[in-house]
Amino acid sequence: MEKFDKVHGVAAPMPLINIDTDMIIPKVHLKTIKRSGLGVVLFDEMRYHDHGGENEEFVLNKPAYRNTEILVAGDNFGCGSSREHAPWAIKDFGIKVVISTSFADIFFNNCFKNGILPIVVEEEHHAILMDDAHKGENARMTVHLEDQKITTSDGVEIEFDIDPHRKHCLLNGLDDIGLSMEKEHHIDKFEEHASQARPWV
Amino acid sequence: MSPKTLYDKIWDAHVAHEADDGTCLLYIDRHLVHEVTSPQAFEGLRMAGRKVRAPEKTIAVPDHNVPTTPDRVNGIENPESRIQVEALDKNAKDFGIHYYPVHDVRQGIVHIVGPEQGWTLPGMTVVCGDSHTATHGAFGALAHGIGTSEVEHVLATQTLIQKKSKNMKVEITGKLQPGVTAKDITLAVIGETGTAGGTGYVIEYCGEAIRDLSMEGRMTVCNMAIEGGARAGLIAPDETTFEYVKGRPHAPKGAQWEAAMEWWKTLYTDEGAHFDKVVTLRGEDIAPVVTWGTSPEDVLPITATVPNPEDFEGGKVDAARRSIEYMGLEAGQKLSDVEIDTVFIGSCTNGRIEDLRAAAEILKGKKIKDGMRAMVVPGSGLVRLQAEEEGLADIFKEAGFEWRLAGCSMCLAMNPDQLQPGERCAATSNRNFEGRQGRGGRTHLLSPAMAAAAALTGRLTDVRDLM
Repeated sequence: MEKFDKVHGVAAPMPLINIDTDMIIPKVHLKTIKRSGLGVVLFDEMRYHDHGGENEEFVLNKPAYRNTEILVAGDNFGCGSSREHAPWAIKDFGIKVVISTSFADIFFNNCFKNGILPIVVEEEHHAILMDDAHKGENARMTVHLEDQKITTSDGVEIEFDIDPHRKHCLLNGLDDIGLSMEKEHHIDKFEEHASQARPWV
Repeated sequence: MSPKTLYDKIWDAHVAHEADDGTCLLYIDRHLVHEVTSPQAFEGLRMAGRKVRAPEKTIAVPDHNVPTTPDRVNGIENPESRIQVEALDKNAKDFGIHYYPVHDVRQGIVHIVGPEQGWTLPGMTVVCGDSHTATHGAFGALAHGIGTSEVEHVLATQTLIQKKSKNMKVEITGKLQPGVTAKDITLAVIGETGTAGGTGYVIEYCGEAIRDLSMEGRMTVCNMAIEGGARAGLIAPDETTFEYVKGRPHAPKGAQWEAAMEWWKTLYTDEGAHFDKVVTLRGEDIAPVVTWGTSPEDVLPITATVPNPEDFEGGKVDAARRSIEYMGLEAGQKLSDVEIDTVFIGSCTNGRIEDLRAAAEILKGKKIKDGMRAMVVPGSGLVRLQAEEEGLADIFKEAGFEWRLAGCSMCLAMNPDQLQPGERCAATSNRNFEGRQGRGGRTHLLSPAMAAAAALTGRLTDVRDLM
């Protein structure tokens, strides 16, 4: 996985709460057997009209936000299904950071597996970041993972929390499976014990 | 020893390794796999030259994409769906995992097949690349959905990297009123807590009204724990659980059964154990409910009216306005006046035998409204067979319902069963998101009995009026 360091770019505002995984990527696009190429259908039903053609009103279709790398979204972002196609589409579009007041559990986990940084902030900080995102192209935000800090276009600094293990993995682009396989002897030992304690499993 | 919750006990029994910062490798007893979220995971194994660590604990079944019409014996027409199912056929064979292919009578929705075949047992850890894995919590198993990267991780290591969630108790006291079902309980809870109310928690459902539920009902309740944002939902195993499990093909037998029972009987929350959050509802207060919006938290009794967006606070004002517009409703409109054109009975939430019995009970000897499109999609081939033996299939067919083969079907509309823009469906499934059942389609979630009532009258209907 690519190493995550710092993102300096335009942030797009999506204040709607409860943006679910069907909105992020509708099921018609889950029929792929690949992980790549889903960026064009990110937010498909909001982004395109029923008959095809872009919906100009949708934030990512506005000139200022076409190359956005940061999303500032409403509460409970990513609720719904476990489909990893959601973070795959977000990543493929070019978004590397999603900021909200809360995320759905499975989506949140899935982000880290794909080099996306989901950041949870307090409501008051969320309001500042949402305002900044509304400023468009000339307002660039910086997200600095090492320092756990977001800097708005006005220079306001907002700190955020992140699980140290997940931070380490993102910063170094580490593959979970490889790391876990290094602990294989613990798994062997557990299996040996469990097969005695619960042989019916 | 300090008192433990049921979740604490199952968690503690499955930690294979704990790092200093509390990050654990949690051992997984059962890994369920379907065709949509697994191809990339198997591909990942192949690329890295890895094997499935415990193929005997891995069970696969195609369900999301499969057509439910009888002509599916001729193969799947949609080329992309066919490729996904064929990929699962191949992956199951190449990696040597248990498999129920499309033509097997035991095929069905993964969360119905697992319990039915006795793969799901109390005290287990169960995962699947599907958020409704929460269903298996009905057995007192710690069960939750995972993404595809995690599917690959479990295939390779039989573990998941996890940090422990907090404990939440949802108690439903007393008895349910006539016409009120497990579906009404689970929707009412989400209406109370909101879709993010369970985020960061594992819920244990308890109380007399939960104890009184059958296993089918308990699965319906736990199934929607994810809609409340929880990682998992749990119900402590009891005689009802053991009775359901006993004799199933993959349940333990003989001395193993006795040994298992000894442990299973310890799987309950100790007196005085700590819960970080507690929600209590009175069973008597729960009415038959429906959803009016595009979030499962948009729940109201059928006797209520569509709310006014201004009555909400914060971000919910805009969300409610958007929902009501999308749903083609008006604030103040009586929910029982909302006309529908489609009825869907099925899904991992309500596709089990008891659900079909409840719907058939309402439909017996009656006809659905003219022009109504109504379908029953049994959750598995075995549920279908049993319903045919019990005469339920005839009741549905005589009432005017289509009688389908097993699959996820119109719950997520990945197969040909979809709504057209503007169509309005009374659905026993679990999500009413925009476009969930087809682009522009409108979904009202409700119980199987309420869905049957709606099919008869052509509008959302209080099932108690027909009882």
